[in-house]
Amino acid sequence: MSAAQLVGVFLASILTENYILCKFFGICPFLGVSKKLDTALGMSAAVTLVMVISTAVTWPIYTYLLVPNDMDYLRTLVFILVIAGLVQLIEIVMKRYLTSLYRALGIYLPLITTNCAVLGVTMLVLDKGAEDPSFGYLAALINAFGAGIGFLIAMVMFAGVRERLESADIPESLRGLPITLVSAALVACSFLGFSGIADKLL
Amino acid sequence: MIGEFTKGLIKENPVLCLVLGTCPTLAVTTGVKSALGMGIAATAVLVCSNSVISLLRKLIPNRVRIPAYITVIAAFVTIVQMIVKAYAPSLDRSLGVYLPLIVVNCIILGRAEMFASKHPVLPSMLDGLGMGIGFTAALFLMGSIREILGAGSWLGFPIPFFDSHPVLIFILPPGGFFVFGMLMAAANKLNKAASEKQSACDSCPMSAACKSGGEGAHS
Repeated sequence: MSAAQLVGVFLASILTENYILCKFFGICPFLGVSKKLDTALGMSAAVTLVMVISTAVTWPIYTYLLVPNDMDYLRTLVFILVIAGLVQLIEIVMKRYLTSLYRALGIYLPLITTNCAVLGVTMLVLDKGAEDPSFGYLAALINAFGAGIGFLIAMVMFAGVRERLESADIPESLRGLPITLVSAALVACSFLGFSGIADKLL
Repeated sequence: MIGEFTKGLIKENPVLCLVLGTCPTLAVTTGVKSALGMGIAATAVLVCSNSVISLLRKLIPNRVRIPAYITVIAAFVTIVQMIVKAYAPSLDRSLGVYLPLIVVNCIILGRAEMFASKHPVLPSMLDGLGMGIGFTAALFLMGSIREILGAGSWLGFPIPFFDSHPVLIFILPPGGFFVFGMLMAAANKLNKAASEKQSACDSCPMSAACKSGGEGAHS
């Protein structure tokens, strides 16, 4: 894959394949921790980190261990366990060596194991690789990183929208989650406008 | 015993009242067929994993219970995935990556943690079945609304009037958020009497960490 194609993969994963607003991965943290800007930033930074590291680990496991041994049906089971173990490992390493980063992101890490965005990205990059053989390890990593950045952009944008919602006068039965979902629909509309842009780049 | 089964249908509907499993709810409800497929697949996993976890509840040490539950659930998801691939390849294509993602559906882990780990096998099975049917019903409702309005058809059959005026946005991502928000508002309105219902976060195994990290979805 050429450098321009890799840039295309990166932009597509942020804009046209936005994991929250177009693919509906990670809706729980999107609705749960997007109330304040700083928690939204912390959560998405932690998700990005885990996405890239998980893809870096699960891609070789699948390609060089599971596929040659005809065990690709174990993908789901192996990936979720690898991700769960990896999150624990990252937490331990961070606690020991990167104390300030741990203080900022540590509380979000246990939540990420059951975040479908992480499991989703590790599987989607493999599906893409199966369709297009030139979509290799590097493209997978870039796709994972872009997915994390897209997650961050959606979270931060939405945190801004929700801060405005706090002071709005909302009909009683719409209060809380329903109005949040309706505003998410409007934010998702804005991302529809990007469809086609990244395809031209590719 | 019947109560364990019926509570998942309406009073504690996992999607509309407990707000669990939102990702598949939004993603696969572009059509009735894929919505029903996802609901049935998740129900099968839920009933099996609830029974096995309930059988193992005295054997699993408390400290490693979440990884143990995830392993049991992942095993059943893999089985369901293989069955769907073999007998319903078109459903496998339309569900795509969301089929293996049943592993991280918080309804299943939530029921394992909240119910199956504390109750005998039969009530756990009924609880799983009720929750699964409640989940399927909510998906079916959302899938019907989105397919009729967005594609002008129902289960693939064209509906008069709607098929000549499809509102495409309903089957696009924003339509998913919008229909879900409106259904939840309707459920809020109907459920106002039952105001003491538990909040979504309490049934999620990660709630303690989530609450310290930020405010929950319901606060």
